[in-house]
Amino acid sequence: MNFNLSEEQTMIQDSVARFVHDTYAFDKRNETVALEHGFSADNWQQFAELGWLSIPFAEEYGGFGGGPVDTMVIMQEFGRGLVAEPFLPTVLLFGGLLQAGASEELKNKLIPQVVAGELQGTFAFAERQSRYAITDVKTRARQDGVNWVLNGEKTVVLNGGAAQKLIVLARSSGEQSGESGLSLFLVDPSAEGVTTTTYRMTDGREAANITLGNVTAEAVIGGIGEGYGLMSPVVDQAVLAVAADALGAMESLNAQTLEYLKTRKQFGTHIGSFQALQHRMVDMFAACENTRSLLYRAVCALDAGDEDAQRSLLALKVMVGRAGRKIGGEGIQMHGGMGMTEELSVGSYVKRLMIANTLFGDADYQQQRFSTLVNAGEKQSVAAAAA
Amino acid sequence: MDIRFTDEELAFQAEVQQFFASVMDDGLKAKLHGAEASLDLKEGMIEYQRRLNAKGWMAPGWPVEYGGQDWSVTQHFIFNAERGKTGAPAPIPFGVTMVAPVIYTYGTDEQKARFLPRILNSDDWWCQGYSEPGAGSDLASLQCKAERDGDGENYVVNGSKIWTSFAQAADWIFCLVRTDNSGRKQDGISFLLIDMTTPGVTVSPIETIDGIYHLNEVHFDNARVPVENRIGEEGKGWTYAKSLLVHERLSIAEVADSKRNLEQLRELARAEVNGGQPLLQDPVFAKRLADVEIDLMALEFTELRVLASAAEGGMPGPESSLLKLQGTTIQQSIQELRMDVAGYYSQTLQGDLSPAQLGNDFADFAQKQYFRGRASSIYGGSDEVQKNVTAKHVLGL
Repeated sequence: MNFNLSEEQTMIQDSVARFVHDTYAFDKRNETVALEHGFSADNWQQFAELGWLSIPFAEEYGGFGGGPVDTMVIMQEFGRGLVAEPFLPTVLLFGGLLQAGASEELKNKLIPQVVAGELQGTFAFAERQSRYAITDVKTRARQDGVNWVLNGEKTVVLNGGAAQKLIVLARSSGEQSGESGLSLFLVDPSAEGVTTTTYRMTDGREAANITLGNVTAEAVIGGIGEGYGLMSPVVDQAVLAVAADALGAMESLNAQTLEYLKTRKQFGTHIGSFQALQHRMVDMFAACENTRSLLYRAVCALDAGDEDAQRSLLALKVMVGRAGRKIGGEGIQMHGGMGMTEELSVGSYVKRLMIANTLFGDADYQQQRFSTLVNAGEKQSVAAAAA
Repeated sequence: MDIRFTDEELAFQAEVQQFFASVMDDGLKAKLHGAEASLDLKEGMIEYQRRLNAKGWMAPGWPVEYGGQDWSVTQHFIFNAERGKTGAPAPIPFGVTMVAPVIYTYGTDEQKARFLPRILNSDDWWCQGYSEPGAGSDLASLQCKAERDGDGENYVVNGSKIWTSFAQAADWIFCLVRTDNSGRKQDGISFLLIDMTTPGVTVSPIETIDGIYHLNEVHFDNARVPVENRIGEEGKGWTYAKSLLVHERLSIAEVADSKRNLEQLRELARAEVNGGQPLLQDPVFAKRLADVEIDLMALEFTELRVLASAAEGGMPGPESSLLKLQGTTIQQSIQELRMDVAGYYSQTLQGDLSPAQLGNDFADFAQKQYFRGRASSIYGGSDEVQKNVTAKHVLGL
């Protein structure tokens, strides 16, 4: 049993941390997110050159063959620096789904492009009515000869403006909310019938609503009707990544707040000498450590294919929401009026944490899934319980 | 980063499982679970602890030369987890976990030979004399005085200790006493082992809100204690007591026990019906239960992280300071929820009635545990003291 990073993982961590240090000072970040699509194409090329875009892919497609721990290491550093480049949508979601279900021909063609930094992609899953229920899908796919034709609208598609390819979750059969009858389609956003409306997220990253009017899909990813089974493990990995990103942001915001408590003077003394603030800072520290413990738990369980993996992942996502809100709210409060300003990065960290809460289902949503999972089961003997 | 057990560890897990299943037979279960009065509890615990000792597992954390086990951190984790699953209690800590590490670390060979085997075999029952009526969270201000007598061979002890668990059943008490008043309050404290049958030592019970007799005040009125019963140097007792806290810290979260208690709570809530539905399906109740369970899942891994870093010889990381605080919070949340499951019955006194006469078979237990459990955020460094310590030593505030 150990919680150490391998030598290779430590190297990745160091190299991402160096990049963040050199490239992501807060004022530079503000310039970066002001660019078209909310990130820097130069940075993206650098990611490719440093090999980061190859991490989760198998070696046969030009990948590094990394696992969830490698992804965690990268995302944690990205979160620390509020990195805006679309690693999650392009590499983990789009790339992850390709690797999980695309034909060999398509994998051989597209994954090397992702690894080289030449192809932006995303996964379009949410819809106006769906909230966090990923299986609530109205977008329909109907067969037309050898083709599949899509109609519907996908919302809050991360990186939806820059993506050159989309993987769209659509219903090829079944009821609006069922797990069965879901399929994944490769779509070119410049194809006829696709309308993309972009907007920014609170932290500056770009998202889009994408309407599909009789759009012919380029390919089916995986088998028809197999979408749910195909995307579930990819989404699980993405949840881990979001949690790692949030942990990095929590660490950074906590460090910043602690530093402020040690330097800001009021009533003739450092405000960190006040017990009311000390105890709340301890609560923030505890919230961050709880997130780290559940992240390690989920990463190890997922890596080992452990039966506890799903429960750990749901617990982690609940904690990301709860701890993020606590650390975010307290971070602003303890900075006083300065916490309200755009001069400090505090607010940007808070926004990053709030986005992490919503992605793939917020704390309340995941808590109910958690309860359903752990409280299922037959009525058992109460005698043992009363002992 | 890997938490998979090796084949050897899986075999060890099976051995521990089997051992506790055979140790916790029905007779012993009845003695331990029914026991509230401390003397009954003592009888059951001695029987249980001697079974552990017969296997060599009474004090696996001690150095091997004194009777401990040469286990990896993972084995210690497995041992505790499996113990918790079967509902077997941890041994009463005052001897094996609290005073023994001080004796084998700072004691003389004579002291080790005299006390350690008797602790292993539960021949001596220990209690802890730290807190005083005037020294609670501010422990270092203690005033129980030990002065050398004329020939210098004995200390004469005068003063009182308070909140002493199980003093009424104890053979020995380990005490922090003041041997010098001239310097800093942390200096001039010495670590004394005192025979409870010493003339001048009296015990008076303290009635507590849980209705269980476990707390006492211990009075010393010119009690003469041989100097050879002092551990280590005179005036260094505070340092020894502090180093002992590290031993305590590794088991202080009580994760294994909370996991079992939480599973029991879930089954109670499944059986309890509220408006035609199991209480477990009530969304508000389910949310509160989930919050505790998720905190406990986090704490389990915080503890593993601390153990893993200790195994590599490193100092426990900053997260170790959270174990007691979070462990306590979780225990109290479970106790609260158990009370809520009991509904009206959480407020009834069972007295001499049988559960069948009363109409409920767990409320009495729920109530006693709830009130008793309020103490855990007060003793061993209150929640507020824990936060002060973390703020100062971990956060540098």
